[in-house]
Amino acid sequence: MIEFDKFELKNGLRVLVHPDNSTPMAVVDVIYDVGARDEDPEKTGFAHLFEHLMFGGSQHIPVYDEPLQMAGGENNAFTTNDLTNYYCQLPAENLETAFWLESDRMLSLKFSKKSLEVQRKVVCEEFKEHYINKPYGDVWHIIREMAYTTHPYRWMTIGKNLKHIEEATLDDVKAFFRKHYNPSNAILVVAGNVTTEQVRRLSEKWFESIEPGNKVQHLIPDEPAQSAPKRKTVYADVPLDAFYKVWHIYPRSDQRYYVTDLITEILSGGGSSRLFQRLVKEQKLFSQIECYHFGSHDPGLLVIEGKLVKGVSPEEAEKAVMEEISFLKENGITEVELEKVKNKTESAMAFEDMSLMNRASSLAMYELLGDANLINTELLKYQSVTRNDILLISNEIFREENSSTLYYLSKQKS
Amino acid sequence: MNRTEMPPIKDALHFDLRLKPYDYYELHNGVPVYAIHAGAQEVLQLELVFYAGNFYEPQKGVAAATNFLLKNGTQHRTAFQINEDFEYYGAYCNRACYNETAVISLHTLSKHTEKLLPVLEDMISNSTMPEEELLIYKQNSIQRLTVNLKKSEFVADRLINGYLYGTAHPYGMSSMPLDIEAISLEKIRAFYEKYYQTGQCAIFVAGHLPSNLMELLNRFLGGLKLSKPSFTTPNIQPSPAATKKYRVENDAQGVQGAIRIATPFPNRHHPDFKKVMVLNTVFGGFFGSRLMSNIREEKGYTYGIYSYLQNHIATTAWMISTEAGKDVSEAAIAEVYHEMLKLQSEPVEAEELMLVKNYMLGSILGDLDGPFHMISRWKNIILNGVDASYFDESIRVIKSISPEELQQLAVQYLQPEKFYELVVV
Repeated sequence: MIEFDKFELKNGLRVLVHPDNSTPMAVVDVIYDVGARDEDPEKTGFAHLFEHLMFGGSQHIPVYDEPLQMAGGENNAFTTNDLTNYYCQLPAENLETAFWLESDRMLSLKFSKKSLEVQRKVVCEEFKEHYINKPYGDVWHIIREMAYTTHPYRWMTIGKNLKHIEEATLDDVKAFFRKHYNPSNAILVVAGNVTTEQVRRLSEKWFESIEPGNKVQHLIPDEPAQSAPKRKTVYADVPLDAFYKVWHIYPRSDQRYYVTDLITEILSGGGSSRLFQRLVKEQKLFSQIECYHFGSHDPGLLVIEGKLVKGVSPEEAEKAVMEEISFLKENGITEVELEKVKNKTESAMAFEDMSLMNRASSLAMYELLGDANLINTELLKYQSVTRNDILLISNEIFREENSSTLYYLSKQKS
Repeated sequence: MNRTEMPPIKDALHFDLRLKPYDYYELHNGVPVYAIHAGAQEVLQLELVFYAGNFYEPQKGVAAATNFLLKNGTQHRTAFQINEDFEYYGAYCNRACYNETAVISLHTLSKHTEKLLPVLEDMISNSTMPEEELLIYKQNSIQRLTVNLKKSEFVADRLINGYLYGTAHPYGMSSMPLDIEAISLEKIRAFYEKYYQTGQCAIFVAGHLPSNLMELLNRFLGGLKLSKPSFTTPNIQPSPAATKKYRVENDAQGVQGAIRIATPFPNRHHPDFKKVMVLNTVFGGFFGSRLMSNIREEKGYTYGIYSYLQNHIATTAWMISTEAGKDVSEAAIAEVYHEMLKLQSEPVEAEELMLVKNYMLGSILGDLDGPFHMISRWKNIILNGVDASYFDESIRVIKSISPEELQQLAVQYLQPEKFYELVVV
């Protein structure tokens, strides 16, 4: 049981406190309700570029990192398609330093031209390092474009291309800040060796005078139901042929999300999972195979991807995968398998909760989803899943017309 | 309220940093157990450390293959059954092979410990190392390796280690597909018998420990033919390369260079080691370091640049590592040397040093949080054969080191001509 308190400041900022006096540390986590899905299709990669700029100085503080390091703290941030999360950890005695820093950059940034110029380059290098200079690095650009026709999940957080990042202007930066970075669109979580009263006092002192701003409605077009299968073959300079197949799934807040999560565990959650045992060990068609889903807020994708053993054709590999899928759709799973994936979920959650940082960011994430107490109740949602749910949902998801398939093949053969 | 003024802070120099002592036991067979009982979550981490790393292998790749195959079949269980036994209880059993040691680790809800220890016992004493499993292992390792060999970062790490230690030394050695192909079943089975079945083993366990844990460990592991490690490894001399500078093309289409700049450095027993940890932090050891401030935050040449001391036991190296745009790689290297020379010629300013000290101490304080972190610090101390006071001594050094000492160390160790330099595109 993770205990927490919650209150709201006059300007609408939601604050959650998770006291834990067994640690000498405190964690401050701020989520802004903005991600790559909120971007203009002609200006992609912006939410993430902006995250970099949040470290380039705020209205009253020339740089973010140094004072925090002086207070014995560390920090980082990440951007997803749905949200942007900033977190820092520091000795609890120095908690106020984090309030000072976080509130000032929520109040206003410095909007430095130099910072924008440098961070544009840094992000371009990040783009190259992860998506260009790596074998298979562009796979998700291709698949997202295939699977989504309408929803902004069709581009990645890093952006569609380097050009969008290079063209970002200071005016774009200012407009983005005004719209999304304010108390109405943020959640503050403080965890560790703190008290709720202390956090309330500090929150009122540092955050309450910030203009509330307007709650942003996410005007995001729904992805229409897919009615026909999509397929594509790409040849690239890679050593091994790879197979990818994705299916549309459910929003994060839907009960069927939990069923889907367990289906991915059944298929590839470890050495005793179905795809690994059948296709890697017994049939030796893949040298590795994985099944997972994007834990995205709007309907995401379930993925099966694998590298083919040399000499195996992609058609043969796909056929074998689909035989496993058909078997699942016809026969469902055993009671033992269900018990196994539930146990695994319970254990994974317990290990995750060991870290104070994880507890803080989970609280922020769940609050953004609408209910911070999911941190305590979500396990029940998994435990309520039945074999019949798995059977039904497998049949709903794994329809060929709901899928996109990519053969990503080694050029050396073509 | 004045937003331009930083709130008062408690200086990290005043933090009382202590590493919780471990409990020590020995099993009937002499195997030592180091235990930390702490934490709110009812979970446990158990690590069986064997002296079965690359140092002991008769042929490249044998130690890693043996370690991998521990989970792939015993006289009583198939690979599938072993996995199923762990996964049914939501537990994770992993194995990893390092240079001196090789590890089998278990992460589980504490309540399932008794169910899972028999599986570990079976793996240690009854593995059969099936031929079929070795063939799959070889095929899949080779495939993974061919993908990695396309990555400039991966290739750069292998090459720089080869220059530093020589490719015959375990720290500098790396396998090619042909080496993996050549691993034989006989060698693996012999290695298993000598270094696992009748090997030297130490146990590190942390978390919410069951009250009868020692009885359980004795019941399942105390009767095996294992012995207490001597905590020493064979002395293999490195033979560093003569040439210092290298430029390698790995991928004609590459858009970034993987840059590695490194020099040999003594191990943790050397009196300067703890001090150099502080100098390294100033230089490239954290986000506010000289290298990161200059080469990322000022010039935008890279997404990130770090320097670090490699985590080796026998001897080690000081390494600078980054991926930078192809057209700015040479400029980035020039800046690295520029920062070395600056540390030699000017003492670090008091304010900057204070920041680094506070950062390091705050970070250690955070890192002592939770039983897994604590045991990992102790494991490092024990496996490196340093004194139990090593942790306290490190803290003392961080708190007391002066700008003059740091400058002296920079003059002594940060000499550009002593460094190997490599760019892989």
